[in-house]
Amino acid sequence: MAFTFAAFCYMLALLLTAALIFFAIWHIIAFDELKTDYKNPIDQCNTLNPLVLPEYLIHVFFCIMFLCAAEWLTLGLNMPLLAYHVWRYMSRPVMSGPGLYDPTTIMNADILAYCQKEGWCKLAFYLLSFFYYLYGMIYVLVSS
Amino acid sequence: MSANLNPSAGYNLNATQNGGAAPPCQNGPGQTYPSVYHAAGYYSSHPQSYPPVMGQGPAPSGKAPVMNSQYHPSYYHNSHPQPVQPTVRAGPPVYDAAQTQVSQSCSATGAPPSSAHHAPQHPPPFKPLTSYPAPYYAPYPASQGLAATAASSAPLYPVASYSSAPGANQYSTVRSSQAPQAQLYQGPPGIGAPPTAVSTAPCTYARPPSGPQVAVNGQVSAVSSPVLQHYDQTQPVVTQSYKALDGDGAGERPPSGTPSNSVHSSPGHHPGPQYGYVANSGGRSSTAAPSSSSSDDEDDEEEEDEEAGADSSTTGSSSPVPNNYESLEDGSYPDSSSLPPPPPSSKAVPPFGYSYPNLHPAYQQKPASRTDTTPSYGGCNPPGYQPFSQPFPNMSQLSTALGGLSGVPELQVEGLRPVNLLQERNILPPSPLPDPEPNLSADLRKVNCSPDTFRCTLTNIPQTQALLNKAKLPLGLLLHPFRDLTLPVITSNTIVRCRSCRTYINPFVTFLDQRRWKCNLCYRVNDVPDEFMYNPVTRSYGEPHKRPEVQNSTVEFIASSDYMLRPPQPAVYLFVLDVSHNAVETGYLTIFCQSLLDNLDKLPGDTRTRLGFVTFDSTIHFYNLQEGLSQPQMLVVSDIEDIFLPTPDSLLVNLKESRELVKDLLSSLPGMFTHTRETHSALGPALQAAYKLMSPTGGRVSVFQTQLPTQGAGLLQSREDPNLRSSTKGVQHLGPATDFYKKLALDCSGQQIAVDLFLLTSQYSDLASLACVAKYSAGSIYYYPSFHHVHNLPQLEKFQKDLQRYLTRKIGFEAVMRIRCTKGLSIHTFHGNFFVRSTDLLSLANVNPDSGFAVQMSIDESLADTSLTCFQAALLYTSSKGKRRIRVHTLCLPVVSQLSDVFAGADIQAVTCLLANMAIDRSVSSSLSDARDALVNAVVDSLSAYRNTSNLQPAGLVAPSALRLFPLYVLALLKQKALRTGTSTRLDDRVFAMCEFKSQPLQHVMRLVHPNLYRVDNLSDQGALHLNDRMVPQPQLLQLTAEKLTREGAFLMDCGSLLYLWVGKSCSEPFIRDVLGCPDHSSIPQNMSQIPELDNPSSARMRTFLSWLQESRSFWPVLHVVKDDASAKTSFFQHLVEDRTESAFSYYEFLLHIQQQMSK
Repeated sequence: MAFTFAAFCYMLALLLTAALIFFAIWHIIAFDELKTDYKNPIDQCNTLNPLVLPEYLIHVFFCIMFLCAAEWLTLGLNMPLLAYHVWRYMSRPVMSGPGLYDPTTIMNADILAYCQKEGWCKLAFYLLSFFYYLYGMIYVLVSS
Repeated sequence: MSANLNPSAGYNLNATQNGGAAPPCQNGPGQTYPSVYHAAGYYSSHPQSYPPVMGQGPAPSGKAPVMNSQYHPSYYHNSHPQPVQPTVRAGPPVYDAAQTQVSQSCSATGAPPSSAHHAPQHPPPFKPLTSYPAPYYAPYPASQGLAATAASSAPLYPVASYSSAPGANQYSTVRSSQAPQAQLYQGPPGIGAPPTAVSTAPCTYARPPSGPQVAVNGQVSAVSSPVLQHYDQTQPVVTQSYKALDGDGAGERPPSGTPSNSVHSSPGHHPGPQYGYVANSGGRSSTAAPSSSSSDDEDDEEEEDEEAGADSSTTGSSSPVPNNYESLEDGSYPDSSSLPPPPPSSKAVPPFGYSYPNLHPAYQQKPASRTDTTPSYGGCNPPGYQPFSQPFPNMSQLSTALGGLSGVPELQVEGLRPVNLLQERNILPPSPLPDPEPNLSADLRKVNCSPDTFRCTLTNIPQTQALLNKAKLPLGLLLHPFRDLTLPVITSNTIVRCRSCRTYINPFVTFLDQRRWKCNLCYRVNDVPDEFMYNPVTRSYGEPHKRPEVQNSTVEFIASSDYMLRPPQPAVYLFVLDVSHNAVETGYLTIFCQSLLDNLDKLPGDTRTRLGFVTFDSTIHFYNLQEGLSQPQMLVVSDIEDIFLPTPDSLLVNLKESRELVKDLLSSLPGMFTHTRETHSALGPALQAAYKLMSPTGGRVSVFQTQLPTQGAGLLQSREDPNLRSSTKGVQHLGPATDFYKKLALDCSGQQIAVDLFLLTSQYSDLASLACVAKYSAGSIYYYPSFHHVHNLPQLEKFQKDLQRYLTRKIGFEAVMRIRCTKGLSIHTFHGNFFVRSTDLLSLANVNPDSGFAVQMSIDESLADTSLTCFQAALLYTSSKGKRRIRVHTLCLPVVSQLSDVFAGADIQAVTCLLANMAIDRSVSSSLSDARDALVNAVVDSLSAYRNTSNLQPAGLVAPSALRLFPLYVLALLKQKALRTGTSTRLDDRVFAMCEFKSQPLQHVMRLVHPNLYRVDNLSDQGALHLNDRMVPQPQLLQLTAEKLTREGAFLMDCGSLLYLWVGKSCSEPFIRDVLGCPDHSSIPQNMSQIPELDNPSSARMRTFLSWLQESRSFWPVLHVVKDDASAKTSFFQHLVEDRTESAFSYYEFLLHIQQQMSK
């Protein structure tokens, strides 16, 4: 049993995924608030938009770490989400600042439903990957 | 009864004092508002309040930024304080919280934060200008300091000063409505002690049921005529009170006082004792039922959340007052269409159905359609039921009893009659399509909202989303909420609304008994306030179902201060004018100035109306019009990177005080820039300046732009490739290039500023980006391609007419519109110019009578347990006279469970409009070809769905009669500038067409999509319409195909804002001579746009017909006379949508295409 770079990557990913789970929960709550009229869309977009890039960057960061650690399976599992993030950010509305959400279109029922669904899916993904990283970390620690 | 007499005397006293100080009886509310609105006084006397502020010495500099940051949140937080509201209602200790809110928003509103923010940072970079008055330099820095202090004057109106203000306590009590009402009424002892009235109340109520039952029926017809009479009486009285108000600067008075004033002003109006009684019990009822009020009110997400305490009841009345002040002051009452319909003579029927809810529909319908009274059907009615049900004869009971079942079978059958489109050559009806009639009982239909104002794509609402999906038709509403119309105006302190969903009481609610009504949207049972028991129209007590609110589906309320976030703003207009070389070349400036000069007195507003001007090229020019100057001063700001206001308080001036200066400026403005060489345009900075100038008050900014913005923030690049104009592949750049204009619009919207854009250009100006500034701030967009005052006369005339209408039309400020619908339905998407603030709330900085809205709906829950659905649009706005008003429209539609019924009830015009809106969204978000495919698929899918329902499978392309025009309209849509491909279309033209579809009301869109074509050279009086003393000829509607045109005829095409008169080459000489006043065809001038007034019958007929067409719209369309050989021919022929073009199907080909798609 040795503390390898791969094990370090898994530990780091574990911590960061925990952070991402919080992001996802925050996202879900924010859109629920919008749907139930508690918040103004302008305010809500202003709070949500700065969080989009950090979330994506965290994910990109540990993907790169896995790449360096040559954890191909883990990297492969993360590729779809990575690709989705890239696509999502490429197809964002015309905006001068960072972020994805436009207060003028956010209240459209389709977009609202999409964003909510996106939040739930991501939450599920992060939760599953959290346990996968836990497993991966132990496996790496034990096997090496 | 003695207790009863006392207050009545008090009220009579009031009546005589009308318009004066707060009436004694109203000690509570009457004086409370003014004292609380001390802040309001501050607001309206804004300019005067500066000097003392200045004198306060060094300003706490830290304050200004704080203010800035505070303002935004406070505005929005205020508008969504649900978490706060319930606590506010809970009890006195929390009142301070509510006050804090109010005061914050008030003080924030008053101070001009932006100026303070910027002033100290920038040395005045003034460009010395010849016309610039030298002494001006000196005071300038001082005024900067002034601005800073002004902004920091927030401490002057801190929270503390509010709570210590006399009456603040009472105010909060009013807001929190019911709980400790006693405080309110502590003033006059007469009112304070009405417990005896309480006890008398029941016995008064008890009387009617036991007493003259038969008389109720017998009086029915008699009642209706006194109603009319009564209007005539009321009208002048109300006028008087309005005048009085205007005279003493009523705008500055808190409007809460106004309603009661106008009420008391008509002494003959209310029988004293009764009225006093009403007032008393109104006050009491709120004390009596505190628990009920505080329990369920938490979702008071009011239009502004300020109306939380809307139930505070004192006195009130309703009087039908014409909507526009002009007609009010004329003294002539508007046409009778605005009158609430006389009590339906068949209203004795509802109880009948009521007592037998399970009657066979056919049977139920029979009595409904009869106008006989009791005796005739008494035979089949068990007598025992009659007395029970008669006290509340109301059509809303009909609604529950009969529901949508009692339909008109003929309509259904007609709507479903299969039509083989391929064989039906003349698909178009001979006269314009009639408005759809929902399949409702006659009584409900009579009170339903006018289809011009409010209509639904499906007049039979499908029961479930699954059924809707099967029908493949879009479900949505089309609204024209602020249409010019006369409607009953209700002045009442108690605006009766559902406690849980806040729906306004409407004709479709159910009165369970005299004291309770059931909301038709959420089905909650509510109490009828005592004030509502008195009907000012019939001057009777105990007939809540005869109140105008319950008799009309379109009403307007004068709102109390509960519906205000801040004191009603004055009318403020700012004109931002492009004066670059390009702009001067087009010559629009002269026309604009002339038009404004002519209409200066007709601008909607009161004594507080303010006006300002900003011009821009590569620099921004402000105009100091402060009263007392000998001539307008021009201030030039060349620092466009960080724009600031040179003298914040003298740029927007009171029109009344500075009228001469404004006139001076308008007459000299066109000459000032004739020799300018400046070609750049700094539109972005100019808009930022306008935002700063307007943000303390809100109002309307009219921007005139003639080219692509080339300098400063928001500069744009040309994105159009002329070679791709006629590409079939798809069109790029339909969306904005930058979000600068959108962000600015959102900021403006937050400060209640609407930006209207007039684009007068000859080259590409990226309307797709510029339009955002109007779109999201609820402005309007006008576009005049290749405008030139000499070379393009038709555009010039259009501009003049639009401007005339624009300047004088009604306007509503700081408006919000909420659309509520029956539980189970929800709003999916909004279309139009606005900002969507929450799922059902639109924020409209300005609302104008020419804008329409579309709403897509979805069905969340099954509507199986209801037979009727209702939609209610409530528009809360500040009128140009500084009154807060709420205009409420309610539409009621039946629910059906059969697919065939859904098809039968399809309103094809509304469907087309909604589809157009959806297609435009699609083409911006996805691509144009996607949108076009979606439109074709909409036809294919719905016709396939219909084919699958009907078992018979006749050959050909079969559509239900209700949808027979669907393919035609969709084809017409595909050939519109907005959505066509293959035909050369400039990007700006396309984008403008898209904007029009999204923001115009239905009638206008339909005329654009499918113009009406008439043959007019042989107009005759046969089948003419008799209107007053005129005979309006009604020529047959022709299909839009060249096949219908003949060289021997003259044809009129009505495209909404344009009328084409096409004169054939060999048109009959008499027509050309008599109507056009020319000897022969060749001598008709090229740019003829007037029909001369000639004294002969055919000319008279033609002119009557034209003016009849023009009356049907709010603006004056431009007439083009198109000669057969003229180049204008192409623009005429592009509207012939049934014909084949090089890139698009003809109608018949399109039908074949659909048939082919369906058989796939």
